[in-house]
Amino acid sequence: MNILNLFKIASRALLRNKTRAFLTMLGIIIGISSVIAMVSLGQSSSLSISNQISSMGTNLIMVMRGSQRQGGVNFGSSNLQTLTVKDVNAIRSQAKYVSAVSPLVNAGGQLVNGANNWPGSIQGGNSELISIRKYKIESGTNFTEQDVRNSAKVCIIGKTVAKNLFPDGENPLGKSIRFDKIPFKIIGVLESKGQNQMGQDLDDVLIVPYTTVQKRILAITHVHMIMASAQSEEMAGQATREIEAILHASHKIKSGQEDDFSVRTQQEMLEMMSSVTGFMTVLLAAIASISLIVGGIGIMNIMYVTVTERIKEIGLRMSIGAKNKDILLQFLCESIILSLIGGAIGILLGLLLSYGASQGLKWPFIVSIPAVGISFLVCAATGIFFGWYPAKKAASLDPINALRYE
Amino acid sequence: MMKDIIRIEQLRRTFTVGSEEVHALKGISFTICAGEFVSIMGTSGSGKSTLLNIMGCLDRPTAGEYYIDGVAVSQRTKDELSTLRNRKIGFVFQSYNLLPRTSALENVELPLLYNHTISGKERRAKAIRSLAQVGLQDRMAHFPNQLSGGQQQRVAIARALVNDPVILLADEATGNLDTRTSYEIMSLFQQLNSEGKTVAFVTHEADIAAFTGRTIQLRDGYTIKDAPVTMQSAQEALKNYGL
Repeated sequence: MNILNLFKIASRALLRNKTRAFLTMLGIIIGISSVIAMVSLGQSSSLSISNQISSMGTNLIMVMRGSQRQGGVNFGSSNLQTLTVKDVNAIRSQAKYVSAVSPLVNAGGQLVNGANNWPGSIQGGNSELISIRKYKIESGTNFTEQDVRNSAKVCIIGKTVAKNLFPDGENPLGKSIRFDKIPFKIIGVLESKGQNQMGQDLDDVLIVPYTTVQKRILAITHVHMIMASAQSEEMAGQATREIEAILHASHKIKSGQEDDFSVRTQQEMLEMMSSVTGFMTVLLAAIASISLIVGGIGIMNIMYVTVTERIKEIGLRMSIGAKNKDILLQFLCESIILSLIGGAIGILLGLLLSYGASQGLKWPFIVSIPAVGISFLVCAATGIFFGWYPAKKAASLDPINALRYE
Repeated sequence: MMKDIIRIEQLRRTFTVGSEEVHALKGISFTICAGEFVSIMGTSGSGKSTLLNIMGCLDRPTAGEYYIDGVAVSQRTKDELSTLRNRKIGFVFQSYNLLPRTSALENVELPLLYNHTISGKERRAKAIRSLAQVGLQDRMAHFPNQLSGGQQQRVAIARALVNDPVILLADEATGNLDTRTSYEIMSLFQQLNSEGKTVAFVTHEADIAAFTGRTIQLRDGYTIKDAPVTMQSAQEALKNYGL
C-alpha cells in the first residue's frame, strides 16, 4: 500500500473526530512542552549564572586564611593572622602566571556625610585591587602607590554608597565623608556592576588603601585575604599551584602538613554552580518526562477504545480489500500522526513558555536543539510504542465477525 | 456460451464448535455466468451466510473449490483474498456500513485507497462516475446522516461499483428499507444488471427474489432449488405501489 494513501486513510479517520483527536494530543502537548520548557529554562539559568560569574572575572584567584591547629585545638580561620603583606610581595615577585595581586583588609562601620549615613564595608587593597575585582572607575582616579605608602585617607566609592550618602545627586568627587571618626576624601566613583549571583550588591563598596585600614582603623599588620589575577583564564590553574608553592615556602609548610591557607578560583565556583544547575536541569526534565509518558498512555488508551468502537469500520475496510497489514498501519499511522502533531504543538508551546519566563526573569533565552530533536524522536517513538498494541488488536480482527459486530 | 463469473464445485464448510462439528454447507455446486441476476434464498441456518462469506472471499471452504473470474480461491493466502475482494467483488450490506462523518464521495473512494495502482485523480473521477451511476451526483458532499436510508444504500452501491467488480454481492440489501425504497433499490440493481453487471442477491423475502432472474434456494446446507424465474420489473412494481 502506498504511503500517501495510508496517510490519507489515517488523517481522514482522525478528522472524523477532531475533538477527540485534540484531547488525545493534549497529553503529548503538555508532556513535550514541559520537557522543552524545563530543559530550556534550566540551560538559560545556568548560562545566566555563569555569565554573572564570568563578569566577576574567571581569572580571579582568592587566597583565604586556613584553619590552624595548635596542640590539637582547631582555631578556625576568622582570627588567624597567617596572611601578610610579605606573602603578597612574595607572590608578586615570584609568580609568573599572576598578572596582579593585592592584599584585602576589611572593616565595617557607619559612613557619614552630614545628615546622611549608610552602613558601609571598607575594603582595603593596593592600587591593583580595582582591576582585579573587575571594577572600572567612572569618574575621578584610582589611588596611587604613594597613597598606599602614606596610608592616605582617600577612597573610591561604588554607586550604592554614592546614592545613599549623596541623595540629592551632587557630585561626590572631592567631597569628604567620615568612616567612624576618620574623614576620607572621595577621589573616584566606580561604574555600576549590579548584583552577583548570590544577590549581593557589588556597588555597595568603598575601596581605600589597605595600609589605611590596617593602621588607622583596625591597628593590625596582617591581611584578611589575598586577591590575584591570573594572566588569563586558562592560566588560572597554573597560577593557583604557583601561589600554593610560594606560600608553602614562605609559611614553611612541609608536604603532608595541613595548609594554613586555602586558594580558590572563580573557575571552581563556575564549575560548582554549573554542576548544580546542570543537575537541576536533568532533574526537572526527568520530572517533566513523566508527564510525557502519561501522555503516551493517554494515546494508547484512546486508540484502544477506538478499536473497539470502530470494529464495524474495520470489518468494512477488510471486506473492501484492506489487508491486515493495512489496518495495522492505519492505526499505527493514526497514533503517530497524533503524537507528532501533538509534539510539534508541544515544542512550540514549550519554547513560547520558556521565552516568556526567560524574558520575565531577565535570563538569556536558549533553544536547546538537542532537546527539541530528542522530543520529536520521543514523540514518534511514543506513537509507535503506544499505538502498536491497539493497532495489532485491530488488525487481528476477523472480517466476518467484525462486519456482523453490533 | 457466457463466461463463468462464479463456479462452485462440491463446496463444503465445516465449523468446529466446542467438540462438535457443524456442517454449514454440505456439498453445493452451481455456476453464475456473466450478466446474471441471481437471488440466493434460504431461512436462517440454511447456510446462506456461510455461502456468502465464501463467495465474498471472506472465508475459505473446507472442501471443494470456488472459482471467481477463473481464480481458484481455496488455496489463497489472507492477503491474496484481500486483493481479490478489492478487485473482483463489490459488497452491499444490509446496514450500509458507511463511514460516519465522511462525505458520500470519500465513502465511495474508500476501496480505491486500498488499490495502489490507481492515482488520486483517477480515484476521484471513478468515485464521481459511480455516484452518478446511482443517481447521487448532487449529493457527493453529504454526510451519511444527511442522507435517507435509500440514499445511503445507493452510496453503498456506488462504493461497491467503484472498483469495477466482476460481481456485486448484496447481503439483504433491502432488509433495512421500507417497501417503496426496496423497490427503488431493486430497480437500481436491475438497471445495473441490464448494463451488464452480474449480481448475486442474498435475501429471505420471496417478493424481492421475484425481481431477479434466477433463484437458488438453500436448506440445511444443500441447494434444494436452482431455477430461472421470470424477472418482474421493479419499475413496474414501483408504479403499481404508488397507485
